[in-house]
Amino acid sequence: MNPSVDALRATFGNAIGRALVARDGETIVTVGRDGLLGVMRWLRDTAGHSYDYLVDVTAVEYRDAERKVELPKEQELAVDSVVGLWAGADWLEREVYDMFGVTFRGHPDLRRILMWETYAEGYPLRKDFPLRGRFSRAEQVRQALGANPEAHYSMEELSIAEAFAELPEDMKQRLRQGERGKIPFSE
Amino acid sequence: MSKRTVELELATPGLDAQGRPVRVPLTAGGTGEGDVAGRLEAQPGSEHMLINIGPQHPATHGVLRLVVELDGEVVVRCIPHVGYLHSGFEKLGEYRHYNQIIPLTDRTDYLSPMANNVGFALAAERLMGIAITPRCTVLRVIACEMSRVISHMVWLGTTAIDLGAFTPFLWAFQERERIYDLQEMWTGARLTTSVTRVGGMMADIPDAFVTGLRHFTETFPKTLYEIDRVLTRNAVWVGRTQNVGVLTREEAINHSLSGPMLRASGVAYDLRRDKPYLDYETYDFDVPVGEHGDVYDRYLVRLEECHQSNRILQQALARLPDGPVNVDDPRVILPSKSRAMSDMEAMIYHFKQVMEGVKAPVGEAYVGIENPKGELGTYLVSDGSAKPVRWRIRPPSFINLSSLPKMAAGHLLSDLIAINASVDIVMGEVDR
Repeated sequence: MNPSVDALRATFGNAIGRALVARDGETIVTVGRDGLLGVMRWLRDTAGHSYDYLVDVTAVEYRDAERKVELPKEQELAVDSVVGLWAGADWLEREVYDMFGVTFRGHPDLRRILMWETYAEGYPLRKDFPLRGRFSRAEQVRQALGANPEAHYSMEELSIAEAFAELPEDMKQRLRQGERGKIPFSE
Repeated sequence: MSKRTVELELATPGLDAQGRPVRVPLTAGGTGEGDVAGRLEAQPGSEHMLINIGPQHPATHGVLRLVVELDGEVVVRCIPHVGYLHSGFEKLGEYRHYNQIIPLTDRTDYLSPMANNVGFALAAERLMGIAITPRCTVLRVIACEMSRVISHMVWLGTTAIDLGAFTPFLWAFQERERIYDLQEMWTGARLTTSVTRVGGMMADIPDAFVTGLRHFTETFPKTLYEIDRVLTRNAVWVGRTQNVGVLTREEAINHSLSGPMLRASGVAYDLRRDKPYLDYETYDFDVPVGEHGDVYDRYLVRLEECHQSNRILQQALARLPDGPVNVDDPRVILPSKSRAMSDMEAMIYHFKQVMEGVKAPVGEAYVGIENPKGELGTYLVSDGSAKPVRWRIRPPSFINLSSLPKMAAGHLLSDLIAINASVDIVMGEVDR
């Protein structure tokens, strides 16, 4: 097992959960979500450990099909962002947010990345998301055809250029509705 | 030799002690004021312009859209928008048997399909605890290195076109065509190879393949030397790539870069050497490392990697052992068609595999392989059924691309094109 595990337990105690060694020799450590950021910062900054390279950030939805355990939906899916430690986590965390709806606290720019900003069907990689999507094909086509060709820039991008204030009022209104026109179930 | 000297004088003040072109500080904008290490400071208070590049633009290498905030010609901010080619591969994988996922891996990084096939097969085999045969190991090395050659050739050709050089594009694509012919000979497909299976390969190589590949490895370096001669000391090329898009060693590590992008910044990290798979530790090859982390060093690293891939290909051909390609396990490998039609037991195995798929034990596995673009990770979580609970691709060009805003800030708009090209993205993999 990786020597960092004992050091982690000595430093953080109960915040460190199970630690396993996979078949290929990789060490897997489970960390409670409250202690996550502290543990990560310690791992990166402590001499002798210095984990300065982040390979990947991802999420898995485990679901026990036989026992039908329903996870409490009201529990907030949120963890601390590690973008401040590893800049490479920026897009990776956005992808996890986009696909699973996990909120990363402290992420500087947490918005959808692979799906468009006004995507209203949910979080595609969750197990309760149907393979074909939530909307019917007809509805998806209708939205695609009704997309607003003038709204190629997001509000944020327009505000950088400071051109938004000078636009006519009707165009501002259309831009507020987003790239895909008005989404039926969003409001 | 004399001609070379002339080319060189146009480009740089001369050669340094190691025979490489001396770096000229980039003076963009003409004034030279506010020019810090090739980067320009935006003038506060001036009017900024917002321009949109892509998603349908030849210089974005696919359906990438860049929204750029400009101060004059200087990039103040660059906001990439990805997702135009999102196909939901990871979701789709959760509904498919392991062997049925392999065709999806072709379509992620479609410039190096064979290497993706190998990456997925290795992860599935680690999950199931399958040890592949010696011949299969060597064949997979050949598949990976062929992919590296074609991927780097596409990169070289398209990047050269972005910067105004057309000739290397034709040379590079000719070489790529020769590898494509070999891929077609082996798999029947040029692009969507699907060459691996869990526990082996889709097919053994045909008779003429070894001769064809050997001929390629003998003649390929000549093209590389020609490209080297046309580009490496070329005035335009050097001027447009040196000191452009610099990432320091620390920044490259912090941004989780991998592959040639990371090595160009001076980090000698190559999974083939540092976390060997497919017996790469037994091959003799070098890991080229840059020192400045700019577009020029990324070019040098990739060019040298082509030479090294060629060396590995030659060694692999020399050691290619005889023997079976697939493991001897009827639960994993389909019986031959004739056996399935004549032998009852083989037919049952055939039926069970086709209908139920290959079951993996409960657990998870992560395998990272050194793809042409960087570390291609495959993370599989299994609940014991024939379909994965989660199939995660660690996409190297997605993560490399996320450093683009950092690299582009402070450069000219035309340099943004060079920087974007140097990342070597393929949108099929960025968007998945």
